[in-house]
Amino acid sequence: MARITAGVATSHVPAIGAAIDQGKTRDPYWAPLFDGYDFSKRWIAAAKPDVIFLVYNDHASAFSLDIVPTFAIGCADRFEPADEGWGPRPVPNVIGAPELASHIAQSVIESDFDLTIINSMKVDHGLTVPLSLMFGQPAAWPCKVIPLAVNVVLYPPPSGNRCYQLGKAIRRAVASFDQDLNVQIWGTGGMSHQLQGPRAGLINTVFDQQYLDRLILNPAELATMPHLQYMREAGSEGIELVMWLIMRGALDERVVVRHRFYHVPASNTAVGHLILENPT
Amino acid sequence: MALQKPYADIPGTTIFDADQARRGYHLNMFCMSLMKPDNREAFKADERRYLDRWPMTEEQKQAVLARDYNRMIAAGGNIYYLAKIFSCDGKSFQFAAASMTGMTQEAYAQMMLSGGRAPEGLPDEQDNDHG
Repeated sequence: MARITAGVATSHVPAIGAAIDQGKTRDPYWAPLFDGYDFSKRWIAAAKPDVIFLVYNDHASAFSLDIVPTFAIGCADRFEPADEGWGPRPVPNVIGAPELASHIAQSVIESDFDLTIINSMKVDHGLTVPLSLMFGQPAAWPCKVIPLAVNVVLYPPPSGNRCYQLGKAIRRAVASFDQDLNVQIWGTGGMSHQLQGPRAGLINTVFDQQYLDRLILNPAELATMPHLQYMREAGSEGIELVMWLIMRGALDERVVVRHRFYHVPASNTAVGHLILENPT
Repeated sequence: MALQKPYADIPGTTIFDADQARRGYHLNMFCMSLMKPDNREAFKADERRYLDRWPMTEEQKQAVLARDYNRMIAAGGNIYYLAKIFSCDGKSFQFAAASMTGMTQEAYAQMMLSGGRAPEGLPDEQDNDHG
């Protein structure tokens, strides 16, 4: 039987990908950030997931304004890196897990979550930067990935509670898959940041640290936070944090915190990172 | 009933909602086109000529030519779409973000290194209306 063993939360700032691709990870600006992922690389080498269910948002790469799905699950057998305006990132193709993805899609749609099915798409920094942070620069990604793209670009994104409940449905779906698979779920994006307008550069460390605390200890209550509070306190792009609630919803009520890291800044953004395990 | 916009009073911020998306549809779709290398070359070779292939407003075209990101956002642009323009220019998100704050690149970069802008903080001279 497949089971979700752990969850990872991490920001997915494009400049982090550029720093990795250009060999700048030991520069004084970047070293403190990448030091925060040293433990994570060792942890995941030992954890050896078979599949990562990776919650992220597309940044006008695979989806344009023509089609804006609220939740879209990638059921393809591979996903190539997108050209976001400066050429595709030099990272391996992402290998999908079509059978498990289709099983999850069927299961959660039948339990009232109307996912959009994607059988062909390219993946942008939102998905590949977390892989790079956790795995470094391998010739091939060491496990399969199921992308779940969430709309957080065109207002309104799904509510925090909808995300949290979807996480629970994904967990049930994974548990009913009959292959013996070690599955992790990752929630990406955030933390506080604003990339637009005169308020660009906003960072709210108090909000972020409280968010991490509440995500660990009291996610059901955190899931009731209205969008307005994210936008006001964590910046217009801080709303990406709702995606972390999908990850959290798929884990046990009580989790073991294996790693917690917070760093300001990566370009315009506060970087948060958690590794949570289900108690065995 | 019109869209409810409880976010309209957030200072220095334009939320990309359905109204903005309608206003900015062609501007944002022009931006998407820059994901293809051939289109980037055509845009760089003659920006005005390339823009004229899109049914954008003159205000949108002028804002693009001026690389005035606040104007582009006011005209319905979304930052993740507009990113294709500054990526095409070889510029970073931090470059674009700084340009919208009225700060110099250096001052903005230093503000970020010092922990970023406080949530209530705004440059004094900026107004609140970009919608």
